[in-house]
Amino acid sequence: MTGLEPYLPLIWAGILATAVGLYVILDGFDLGLGILFFTTRDETARDDMMSSVAPFWDGNETWLVLGGGGLLAAFPLAYSIIMPALYIPIILMLLALILRGVAFEFRWAAKPWHGFWDVAFAGGSTLAALAQGFVLGGLIQGITVKDNAFAGGPFDWFSPFALLCGFGLVAGYGLLACCWLLMKTSGGLAAHARRLALPFLLAVVFCAAVVSIWTPLRYPAIAERWFSTPNIFYLWPLPAATGALAFLVFRALRRGDDFIPFFGVVGIFLLCFAGLAISAYPYLVPHSIDLWQAAGAPESLKFMLIGVSILLPVILGYTIFVYWTFRGRLRVGEGYH
Amino acid sequence: MAFDPVLLSRLQFAFTITFHIIFPSFTIGLSAFIAVLLARHAITGRSQDLELARFWTKIFAISFAMGVVSGVVLSYQFGTNWSRFSTVAGNIIGPLMAYEVLTAFFLEATFLGIMLFGAGRVPGWLHLTASIMVAIGTAISAFWILAANSWMQFPVGHEMREGIAFPLDWLRIIFSPTFPLRFAHMVTAAYITTAFVVVAVGARFALAGRFPDHAKTMLRMGLGLAVVLVPLQILIGDMHGLKTAEYQPAKLAAIEGHWENEEEGAGVPLILFGWPNQKTETNDYALSLPHIGSLIVTHSWAGRFPSLKDFAPADRPPVPQVFFAFRFMVGIGFAMLGFVAWGVFLWWRGDLMRNRLFLRIAANVWPVGFLAIISGWMVTEIGRQPWVVTGFLRSADAASPLTMHTVLVSLALFVLVYGVVFSAGIYFINRLINAGPTPHVVGAETGLPSRPLSGAARSLSD
Repeated sequence: MTGLEPYLPLIWAGILATAVGLYVILDGFDLGLGILFFTTRDETARDDMMSSVAPFWDGNETWLVLGGGGLLAAFPLAYSIIMPALYIPIILMLLALILRGVAFEFRWAAKPWHGFWDVAFAGGSTLAALAQGFVLGGLIQGITVKDNAFAGGPFDWFSPFALLCGFGLVAGYGLLACCWLLMKTSGGLAAHARRLALPFLLAVVFCAAVVSIWTPLRYPAIAERWFSTPNIFYLWPLPAATGALAFLVFRALRRGDDFIPFFGVVGIFLLCFAGLAISAYPYLVPHSIDLWQAAGAPESLKFMLIGVSILLPVILGYTIFVYWTFRGRLRVGEGYH
Repeated sequence: MAFDPVLLSRLQFAFTITFHIIFPSFTIGLSAFIAVLLARHAITGRSQDLELARFWTKIFAISFAMGVVSGVVLSYQFGTNWSRFSTVAGNIIGPLMAYEVLTAFFLEATFLGIMLFGAGRVPGWLHLTASIMVAIGTAISAFWILAANSWMQFPVGHEMREGIAFPLDWLRIIFSPTFPLRFAHMVTAAYITTAFVVVAVGARFALAGRFPDHAKTMLRMGLGLAVVLVPLQILIGDMHGLKTAEYQPAKLAAIEGHWENEEEGAGVPLILFGWPNQKTETNDYALSLPHIGSLIVTHSWAGRFPSLKDFAPADRPPVPQVFFAFRFMVGIGFAMLGFVAWGVFLWWRGDLMRNRLFLRIAANVWPVGFLAIISGWMVTEIGRQPWVVTGFLRSADAASPLTMHTVLVSLALFVLVYGVVFSAGIYFINRLINAGPTPHVVGAETGLPSRPLSGAARSLSD
């Protein structure tokens, strides 16, 4: 396996990107439902929103643990720099996920006095999304590193740019959740989701556009990556496709289609994610630590690769199985709540 | 003592892990109990088993949710608060944690959906399979966590290059010398803890004269498991103690409050009571039994083992905490043994459901397993100090470069949020227990709410 060694960090970056990508999409729509709690006070609507993801949220969140655990395992140096640098948003995210996660069980157990857990679910989901945006923004901005360790202050991540990323992610998760509800519900709730989807879509397009203009202006290396020849010839389809997908989603929403919007938005997320990866490569801690510097021992990477090659397909298999088991629209009054 | 960020990070980790450990130790046992009930129902068709399985599944759902959210916190704290630990030991700890996620977390989290919401939607055999998967997942999770922890207690199978640990032999790393007994000790503790909760709930119903058949089943199943496991646990604990003597002599000396080496042939006394005094390096108010220390630790009358003074003061764990936590754990263990023996005696006499004194005590035994686990965990974790990874990384050198205020605020927030969340969780569990098992209507499967908690809510509002 020695021939494999130089590629191990790249393979692991791919595995982690897969985990984070799956996390953002899967936990994205259930965090988004929490965000949508703010848009209605109707109790049945809130019940149905929660019921639509109750069997899945736990598995969805596990991708976050794989993302974090995988970063520790494959890139311990990057993990030990990024985590303390983004201490505040990460701790806020964890606290928010606690409130959001227990609300799935407590809200039902507390009925009819569940007002507090509605707030915990909505507030926790929104705060978690915002904090994940801060993490993303803080990461793109770069981290002060000295002697292979974080050497900055606790609020280094905080900036207008990070706030923009935070709002962008909140809007993105809200949009995903709207599209999820179009597939999983019918009647008033679906109509409500369709009405909300458009403003969320506009907000997402706006944030993505500003980030795409802001980063190359601010970081010459990113401008070089995208606008130098021949890169520009290969890369222009990416923003073009993102724009086209956004238009497709817009049209599908107007036409009343139930399934195209969700998959269109997933596509937008994946393209934005790919754009970020292209901007950052080969850095894992942007501007300071690259994949090869951050990588763990080859023996560790190989040992885990064996496990991942066998287990990841199995995990995907039973994840799909569970989604299949609970397929179809939530039926009024029957539901699985 | 100054509130430096390292101390605050230690407090934060201790606080979050103490709350977390309660839930996995309960759900490991409870998921197995539910799977057994469902399997029995599949074989005998008794509706009572199904009702009990549903009743406990509601409680399981709440406990599992609290275990998951508090566990995610732990997996991130390695980086946020212990970043130098992650740099130094990441090559070893990282893959073990990754295997936990891959083999255990996904299994339990995914099949939990079917276990909780699948009744009435999927065939019975699939629902049973999902429950078994969840039970297996929780045990696999304990396997990897204890493998990682055992390696930190006594690291082998690696080599140090420029201050960073590199793996040499994964089998030796996973199955490090203290691992097998530590794993057996923990899993057994988890099953016993659940058994005592089940017994307590059974006794509560029996005392109140509610659900007498369910109560009898719970009392018998709980006691039946405990009568096998409690003596076994004492045996495993003793063997684990011998391993500690062999591999972590400083921890063992702290457990025993053993300061001075005795004369050859004099044997080490057992300190029954006393207050270890770290300044004078003696035990105040000590009441000791000559030779018994040797007998327990070395299984010989005059055996010797290292004393605290064999280690430099900077290399000794905090003695009083380890000393008292150990006595508390062992005390609970023997109290459990006495209680179980009494219960089984009553069962044999046919008085189990009639002896009100026993039932009154039994109704209150639910916390003892948790207390034993927390104190045992304190023995093992505080006993490892001042090291994070014994021999090559001290806790003081493992922390992240954070400011004192940052950690102080996060710790305060954890205390606040955990306070609210866990009090509410315990309140809801108690309410579910009060509501009791709901009768199962044969043939009305689809008409019943398949989501357990709303089922509970409905039965509460009736």
